[in-house]
Amino acid sequence: MRVVIAEDLALLREGMVQLLTVHGFDVIEAVDNGPSLLRALLTHRPDVAIVDVRLPPTFTDEGLQAAIKARQEVPGLPVLVLSQHVEQLYARELLSDDRGGVGYLLKDRVFDVLRFVDMVRQVAAGGTVMDPKVVSELLTKHDTATGPIHALTAREREVLALMAEGRSNAGIATILFVTEKAVSKHTHNIFTKLGLAASEDDNRRVLAVLAYLNA
Amino acid sequence: MRSSRSRGTAGGGRPTGARRPRVSATGDAGVKSGITWAGRLGSCGCGLLIAVLAQVGSLPLFIVTVLAIVSVTVGVGLFALPVVMIAVRGLANYQRRVSGEWSGVRIDVPYRSAGEVDAYEAVGSWRHCRRLLADPATWRDLVWMLLDAPIGLVLGLLPASLVAYGLNGVFVTPLLWEQMGPRWGFGLIWPIRNQTDAYLAIPQGVLLVVVGLLVASPVLALHARFNRLLLAPTRAARLALRVERLTETRSQSVDAQAAELRRIERDLHDGAQARLVSLGMSLGLADTLVERDPVMVRRLLADAMDSSSAALSELRDLVRGIHPPVLAERGLEGAVRALAVSMALPTEVDLALPSRPRPPVESAAYFAIAEALANATKHSGADRTWVRMWYADGSLWMQVGDNGRGGADPEGGSGLRGLQRRLAAFDGVLELSSPVGGPTLVTMELPCAL
Repeated sequence: MRVVIAEDLALLREGMVQLLTVHGFDVIEAVDNGPSLLRALLTHRPDVAIVDVRLPPTFTDEGLQAAIKARQEVPGLPVLVLSQHVEQLYARELLSDDRGGVGYLLKDRVFDVLRFVDMVRQVAAGGTVMDPKVVSELLTKHDTATGPIHALTAREREVLALMAEGRSNAGIATILFVTEKAVSKHTHNIFTKLGLAASEDDNRRVLAVLAYLNA
Repeated sequence: MRSSRSRGTAGGGRPTGARRPRVSATGDAGVKSGITWAGRLGSCGCGLLIAVLAQVGSLPLFIVTVLAIVSVTVGVGLFALPVVMIAVRGLANYQRRVSGEWSGVRIDVPYRSAGEVDAYEAVGSWRHCRRLLADPATWRDLVWMLLDAPIGLVLGLLPASLVAYGLNGVFVTPLLWEQMGPRWGFGLIWPIRNQTDAYLAIPQGVLLVVVGLLVASPVLALHARFNRLLLAPTRAARLALRVERLTETRSQSVDAQAAELRRIERDLHDGAQARLVSLGMSLGLADTLVERDPVMVRRLLADAMDSSSAALSELRDLVRGIHPPVLAERGLEGAVRALAVSMALPTEVDLALPSRPRPPVESAAYFAIAEALANATKHSGADRTWVRMWYADGSLWMQVGDNGRGGADPEGGSGLRGLQRRLAAFDGVLELSSPVGGPTLVTMELPCAL
C-alpha cells in the first residue's frame, strides 16, 4: 500500500516511516512542509496519506488545509490527519465533503501500533476514523442535544460512537460483548432513524458519523 | 435591569455618542436621544429635578462645606468635613450620572482614591481631611455648587416653566381671564380685554408648550456641559488617576503572571516529569528482564505506553491553558468558532474583525470568551448561547449572551472577577447585564489597534 507522510519533526517522521515499513506499507514520499505535501499528494495519488495538522512554513493548520485542498482535486483521496490536539471544528471540516476515507487522530494513537495500522488501512479503504477524544466530547455534548440523534437509544448511540472511531461491526461486537448480528441490527436501526436508507453500506457509515458530528 | 461597570473611577475619556454600536438595544441605560415626545417631557421633568437639587442640594451644601472647611482650623471640621464631603460627592456623582444618562455627556469621577479608608475611621482623622483638602476636585466641587445654585435653577426651570405657562395659556386663561382682574393678560395680549383676546392665548400657549418641550433636551445638555466644566477631572487629575489605575493593573498582572508560572512549574514537576521518570523506569526494568521474563516485559511496556499517553495528555491540557493551539493555528476568529463548535450548548457566532489583533490581545480575548461561555454553560441553565465580536472605536468588542435564568453577580463569582482582572491588564472593561429571570449578557471591551 502506497503511503505519503507529512511531518515536520524529523524524529517523528523517521519513526513513522519505520513503523509503517515494518508493517508492510510502501512509503513513497515523506515530506516536511505544506506545499511539498500538496504536490506529493497530487503527483503520487497515494493509497493513503498521513498528515500532521501543523506544518511549515506557517506552522498553522497548513497540513489540514493541504489535505482538504488535495481532496477537492482528487475526491475521496484517503487522508489520515494526526495532531497534538483534536478540535471538533477540524473534524467537521475534514468530513464536510460527505465522503469517506478520512481519519482524524491524536498523535499518541500511534502507541497502539496494531490498532493504528488497522486504522490507516480503514481510512485507505474509504472508512471514517475519528479520535475517541472527539467522540467522547460529542457523547457528553449529545446528552443535551435534540434532533434525529436524540431518537437513538443509548445502545444505538454507543454503537454509533464506536462506528465513528472507525470500528468494524466485528470490532464493535467484541467491545460491547454482543454478537455481530446484534450490532448489524443496531446499525440498521441507526441508519433508519437517521434517514439514511439504501446505498452501499460503507458510505452510509460515513454519513451516519457525519450526522453524529454535526448534531 | 442591573448593570455594573467595572472600571472603577478612571475613565479613558473617550468621546461619547455612538460609542456602543449594537449594544444599546439590550436595554442598557444608554444615551436618551430625546426624539420622542415622552422623552422631551422626561427632559422637562429632569430639569425640574436639577432646579430643585440646585436649591436644596448645591446651595445648602456649599454653605455647610465652607463652614466645615473653616471649622477644620478649630478642630470641629475634622469630624464634620468627611461627613459633609460624602454628601457633596454623592450629589456631584449623581449629577455626573444624570449628565451621562440624559445628555450623553460622560463625566468621569475625578476624586483621588482614599485608599483603604473606612468611613468611620475617616471621621476625625486629620490625614483624611488633609487628603480631601489637597484634592483639587474638592475645590472644583465647591465652585460648582456655588455656580449651580443660580445656573441649575435657571436652566432647570426654563423648559418646565415654558410648558407650564403655555398650558396656563391653553387651559386656564381662556376660561378664567375674567377672574384674573383687569390688569391680567397672556403673552403678547396684555392686558386681556375680552373673550376674543382670551382665545388668542390658546395658540400662543400651544406654541410655548412646543417650544418648552423642544428646548428641554438642549437646555439639559447645556447644563450637562456646565457640569462637565467643573465636575470632570482636570487634565492633571485624569493623568493622576490614570497612573494610579495603571499601577494597580500592572501589579495585578505581574502577580497573575507569577502565579501562572508557579502553576505551570508545579504541573510539569508533578505531572509530565514524574510520568516520564516512571516511563524510563519501566523501560529500564524491561531492558534487564527481556531474556528472563518476556511476560513481565510485555506488561512493563504496556505501563510505559500508558505513562507516556498520560504525560502527553497532561502536557496537552497545560499547553491549552497557556496558549490554545487552535488560536495559534486559526487566529482569534477561528479559535472562537472552534470553541463554539465544541460547546455543549448550541452556540451561535457572529464575528467580524478587520484583521488579527496582536497576540497578547488575541489570547486575552479568547480566554475571556471561553470563560464567559463556560460560565453560561455551567450556571445559566440556558439552552442556547451566542458570541459576537466586532471592532469599533479603537476597541475590540465581545459579547457573550445566553437565554438562561440570569442573576449573575460579578461580586459572587470568582470567574467573572478573574475575567475582569484579565481584561483590566489591557485596560479592558467588562459590563454585565443579568436581571433575575434572564437573559444574561456579558459585554467586554478591549482597547487595541487593528
